[in-house]
Amino acid sequence: MKIAVLVKQVVGSESALEISQDQKWIDNSNATFVINPPDNYAIEEAMLIKEKVGAGEVVIVSMGPQRVQKVIREGLSKGADRGIHIETESLNEIDPLYTSKVLAETLRDENFDLILSGLQSDDSGMGQTGVLLGELLNMSTATLAIETDIDQNKIRVKRELESGWFQWVELQFPASVSIQSGINQPRYPSLKGIMGAKKKEIKVIPAPQVEKRQSISEIFVPKKSKETEFIETDIDSTVERIIEILKTEVKVF
Amino acid sequence: MNSLVIIEHKNNKMHRMSIEAIVGAQKIGGQITALVIGKDHEEVVNKLLNYEIEKTIVVNHDLVPAYNADGYKEIIKQVFDSVDPKFIIAGHTYQSRDFMPKISAALDVPLIADLIEVENDKYVKQVMNSKLNASITSNQDKAILTFQSASFSEENIKEGSNPLEKFEVTLEPSSIKSKAEDPFQESSSEVDLESAEFIVSVGRGIEKEENKSIAFDLAQLLGAEVSASRPVVDSGWLPSARQVGSSGSTVSPKLYFSLGVSGAIQHVVGMKGSKNILAINKDRDAPIFEISDYAVVGNVLEIIPKLIEKLKKSE
Repeated sequence: MKIAVLVKQVVGSESALEISQDQKWIDNSNATFVINPPDNYAIEEAMLIKEKVGAGEVVIVSMGPQRVQKVIREGLSKGADRGIHIETESLNEIDPLYTSKVLAETLRDENFDLILSGLQSDDSGMGQTGVLLGELLNMSTATLAIETDIDQNKIRVKRELESGWFQWVELQFPASVSIQSGINQPRYPSLKGIMGAKKKEIKVIPAPQVEKRQSISEIFVPKKSKETEFIETDIDSTVERIIEILKTEVKVF
Repeated sequence: MNSLVIIEHKNNKMHRMSIEAIVGAQKIGGQITALVIGKDHEEVVNKLLNYEIEKTIVVNHDLVPAYNADGYKEIIKQVFDSVDPKFIIAGHTYQSRDFMPKISAALDVPLIADLIEVENDKYVKQVMNSKLNASITSNQDKAILTFQSASFSEENIKEGSNPLEKFEVTLEPSSIKSKAEDPFQESSSEVDLESAEFIVSVGRGIEKEENKSIAFDLAQLLGAEVSASRPVVDSGWLPSARQVGSSGSTVSPKLYFSLGVSGAIQHVVGMKGSKNILAINKDRDAPIFEISDYAVVGNVLEIIPKLIEKLKKSE
């Protein structure tokens, strides 16, 4: 079983967010970067599948400038076997079709049986790269997996639907599956894992030229759409005001 | 500017966000074609026929009686080739997340997902965990757009009439690579959040499971339903049928009264269309206050029991 996990490096949730001078992304110079949190669940699921099958290889794939090797290394320290770094100048693109075509061209000859990806990225939040890549490589696809069940020829995926509904989908290999956050408990790297990761291979491949399909024209701070009345007073006055709102403004009674 | 809107339906009922998608398409302008795929859609189609759109197309093929990502891809591709729209549009739902990227790859048309606004070929979406907005343009003539819930209000639908058209597709069984089983619920529930007029919602701020009783007591006095955020459901304090948000229900009640809900974006997308939002939270900077009409800064566990006591007295 040859498994690829798509991992993205994103700006950390506590990082400073200053809009860049050209107003097309944020200023990366003061930003701190982390592994996209949903991708941790995809790495963990890949490790669990490899352990269950008892053989195979987990390859961490990330695209971007030199700095993304840090998140690849993080995956390797959790037990993945090797990494592929697809090198681009920046990670400011918000173009999943572009990203997926670059990934498809670079990864085609690897002939992965299974590609796993996180739910969506914290920065651009498009949530489609895993499916796009699967489609471009003529794989079967499924999203929002909250459980997987694997054997030699197929993978069954329990998909989360809305409002408490679920659905099992059966896919033949090769398949690309995006993982819902919360599917498992991502492991922490062990000290041994961290030491071992330093010796593992990260293959650097320059990104092929691919035409862009969409682009950002401007990044801006959202305007607040409503006026908010703040109620910050002693408890009795607060309760009085809430009753007044319920009675005269919302007319609950 | 013509659009093809993909309609999502379940148990002969149209997804609210499909109606919102049509409102968005009506705002963009041009001729709108609504596409309904599968069986058991009589009431969905009847509703569509009363909207001001160009036509309603139904595709009913034996190989795709219910939702299947591969089947949807093949069918939408064939309808797209025939209708030749500038846009394919849908709500940003768990279903469209599953099949729209396949269509994007198959047609080589960009999918600009989870939009909150459309203005003259500029598509606005939230980025950086919804802390900033990005205005996006497609570098080609066509685009696939999905709208975040409550970006358009279903009340603004323009009514009219339009003809129904049956559309024949040719499908090879081999094109359906995945086998989808019937959807199921893990715990059955009588809760109907989507039609509730008032909702009291519980977040992690209630601290302990036993404190959920104050939400039920308040809800009873208001004639409201009780809903929850994902962390509350994940902790097992309330069943998933009560969950509001991207993985739960999308609601727009007259009053959304939230108790200790911080307002993570995954929750907010499910309730920001509410007419009045009254939120109580200890943290003045809680994201829920960004979208609240009334922001009560304080301790839920002190305020609500007092409120219940007063409401009972005035009954």
